[in-house]
Amino acid sequence: MPRGLLRRHCLKLAVLTLLLLGLAPLAPRADDNFIIVQSTTSTQNSGLLEHILPLFTKKTGIEVRVVAVGTGQALKNAENGDGDVVLVHSQPDEEKFVADGWGVKRYPVMYNDFIIVGPAADPAKIAGLKQAPEALKKIAEAKAPFASRADDSGTHKAELKLWGEAEVDPKASSGSWYLETGSGMGATLNTAVGKQAYALTDRGTWLAFANKDDFKVLVEGDDKLFNQYGVILVNPAKHPNVKAKQGQAFIDWLVSSEGQAAIASYKIDGQQLFFPNARPQS
Amino acid sequence: MLDLSEAFHAALRLIASLDPQLVEIIGLSLQVTLSAVAIAALIGFTLGGTLAVYRFPGRGFLAALLNALMGLPPVVAGLAVYLLLSNAGPLGVLQILYTPQAMIIAQVILVTPIVAALARQTCEDLLEEYREQLRSLGASSSAIVMTLLWDGRYRLVTAVLAGFGRGIAEVGAVMIVGGNIDHVTRTMTTAIALETSKGNISLALALGMILLAIAIAINVALMGIRRIASHFAYA
Amino acid sequence: MLDKSTLLTASANGARSANGILPLELKGLSLESRAGRLIDQIDLIVEDPGISVIMGPNGAGKSLLLRLMHGLIAPSAGEIRWAGVPMNDEMRQRQAMVFQKPVLLRRTAAANIAYALGLRGVARSERRSRAHQALQLAGLESRASTPARVLSGGEQQRLCLARALSLDPDVLFLDEPTASLDPASTLAIERLLLETQYRGIKIIVVTHDVGQARRLAQEVVFLHHGKLIEHRQASCFFKEPESDVARAFVAGGLVI
Repeated sequence: MPRGLLRRHCLKLAVLTLLLLGLAPLAPRADDNFIIVQSTTSTQNSGLLEHILPLFTKKTGIEVRVVAVGTGQALKNAENGDGDVVLVHSQPDEEKFVADGWGVKRYPVMYNDFIIVGPAADPAKIAGLKQAPEALKKIAEAKAPFASRADDSGTHKAELKLWGEAEVDPKASSGSWYLETGSGMGATLNTAVGKQAYALTDRGTWLAFANKDDFKVLVEGDDKLFNQYGVILVNPAKHPNVKAKQGQAFIDWLVSSEGQAAIASYKIDGQQLFFPNARPQS
Repeated sequence: MLDLSEAFHAALRLIASLDPQLVEIIGLSLQVTLSAVAIAALIGFTLGGTLAVYRFPGRGFLAALLNALMGLPPVVAGLAVYLLLSNAGPLGVLQILYTPQAMIIAQVILVTPIVAALARQTCEDLLEEYREQLRSLGASSSAIVMTLLWDGRYRLVTAVLAGFGRGIAEVGAVMIVGGNIDHVTRTMTTAIALETSKGNISLALALGMILLAIAIAINVALMGIRRIASHFAYA
Repeated sequence: MLDKSTLLTASANGARSANGILPLELKGLSLESRAGRLIDQIDLIVEDPGISVIMGPNGAGKSLLLRLMHGLIAPSAGEIRWAGVPMNDEMRQRQAMVFQKPVLLRRTAAANIAYALGLRGVARSERRSRAHQALQLAGLESRASTPARVLSGGEQQRLCLARALSLDPDVLFLDEPTASLDPASTLAIERLLLETQYRGIKIIVVTHDVGQARRLAQEVVFLHHGKLIEHRQASCFFKEPESDVARAFVAGGLVI
């Protein structure tokens, strides 16, 4: 075959291969047995989901695909019907979600707690304080840097509630000592560490976080730092594409003794991150 | 303190052990971007060639629009595709949100303008040399487009590489339309974003180095083809 | 020895008739630009089967006139007719043109010719043989599989000529075909042109080289500042140009 012709054929072959590579993913999916769970970064980054989901899949054969975004975005996505189940941690928003008809029923699943972390130097001297709002007040008075998620997430809403109880409006100082990152928990913690700033975080994410530098847990144990997670099935009446049966199966498993035990068994360095507290099912 | 050498060693370890998760995300990254580039090339070459050769009202505007779209932020493209593919959106019935297909679509939107603009430039340059002779030979406008594209095939390799670079490096679009779902839509860039948010800076850097190495390898390979081509005065 | 006198006799004996699209009639042909009139009211009839040479100093409008004849540019005023038919695409298909700088695609020599044949609708199976025939004519058989752009300047121009001839045109236009070539290549091209004319193809060449014009021309069209100054039989023209401009030019002077 003349050399020019051979080269042409090689080129055509290469293009064909690329095209096939491109069309391959477009081949129809054989397996439809999965659900999409809109959840938060704390459940993913802590490693909890990676631990418990395989157990569920093993038992039921249902694959669980998790989209981990902030609570606000998770609920919005679910309103659009882009998920079968939501697993978030902002009770008032969850209840509104159900009340507005987007969700079927809210089940409490587990809780953990928020903590305030900060640099070992602790410029605002809040280490060991028992009241979270008091700690925040001292931070504001000291104008010590504080990194906030500012992203409409469960953590962010809890943080704002605490500032309210401290009777401080941090937004007035946004950009000076109050840093609104508009990001997920991990990114916010990275910013906090980078700027030697305080931050409010859930314990699960913090324990799993690998960039702690010299930061310590400074404030914990206040009842106000209680962080409840709820799981809700997206309403199939509003979005017919919702896989109601499989979604409910997931919820049922989460609140069952098996699921609850799985949640409790997840530990980092011997510390339990999430505490199951589903209501006993009849 | 960030230790670059620690990251570098982590990268080598990952590659040497052929870590299955690593292989999976590299595979998905390449699959998504290469597919998007192939599709973008088909669309972009046609668009670019047509813009170079044909004269029609609105041609200048279309060319300017294409150039402007080269700067489309990936996250905006992702958002646009999300709104289209969402169950609340017009194409929700396709059920391809949070799948690699959606990621390919988003990347096609990002890559096509670059490929088209560079294809147009290539064809315009070639047209200056060829226009009179091709018209003398009796070539129709569509024949001229095909001829220029084939004749400029090695220069178009650069256009494809530019498009590939844009695709393999972006995270905004694939994150929104893919959801960074483990084993399903997690690519190199979304994995890097995830590991960074988990504070695993060294691992994130290691992944970044690997991604860079792959991009360099592909570039070197394709530029090698160009060098061989210029040897035959085909470039 | 192949020269134009031998060939004229041969073609007069009817080797092939280009009368298909001759005569070429230009009436009041003008081309305007912002700078002024580039071609100024040219009336011309070309019917002689021999080689016609368009001559004149640089900037006279020779290349423009050629392009107008071939339909690559549209005139601002006036008419172009081939055998009474106004210039159109069909007429252009029966012509071919070779440019001053060889224009070749990035493929082999043979492929370049095959490409042109493809444009004319020649069947794929026929293209190879006809391309090789044309290459043979131009003495480029051995270069068939060489990338065209790797060839020397002279070879490239011969290839362009071969490509033009492969299309079996009635008229062949050439715009300063040997302006950038060495004497050996120039000789080869000129010989090809003489052979081509022998086969009955009408050739119209633009050149600023007086020597080349003397060697090739059967008739001369002399232009200056876009106007037609003289149109005469070559022998008469070179012996005794009628106009001062032409006289000065033929003598080798700079004509403003």
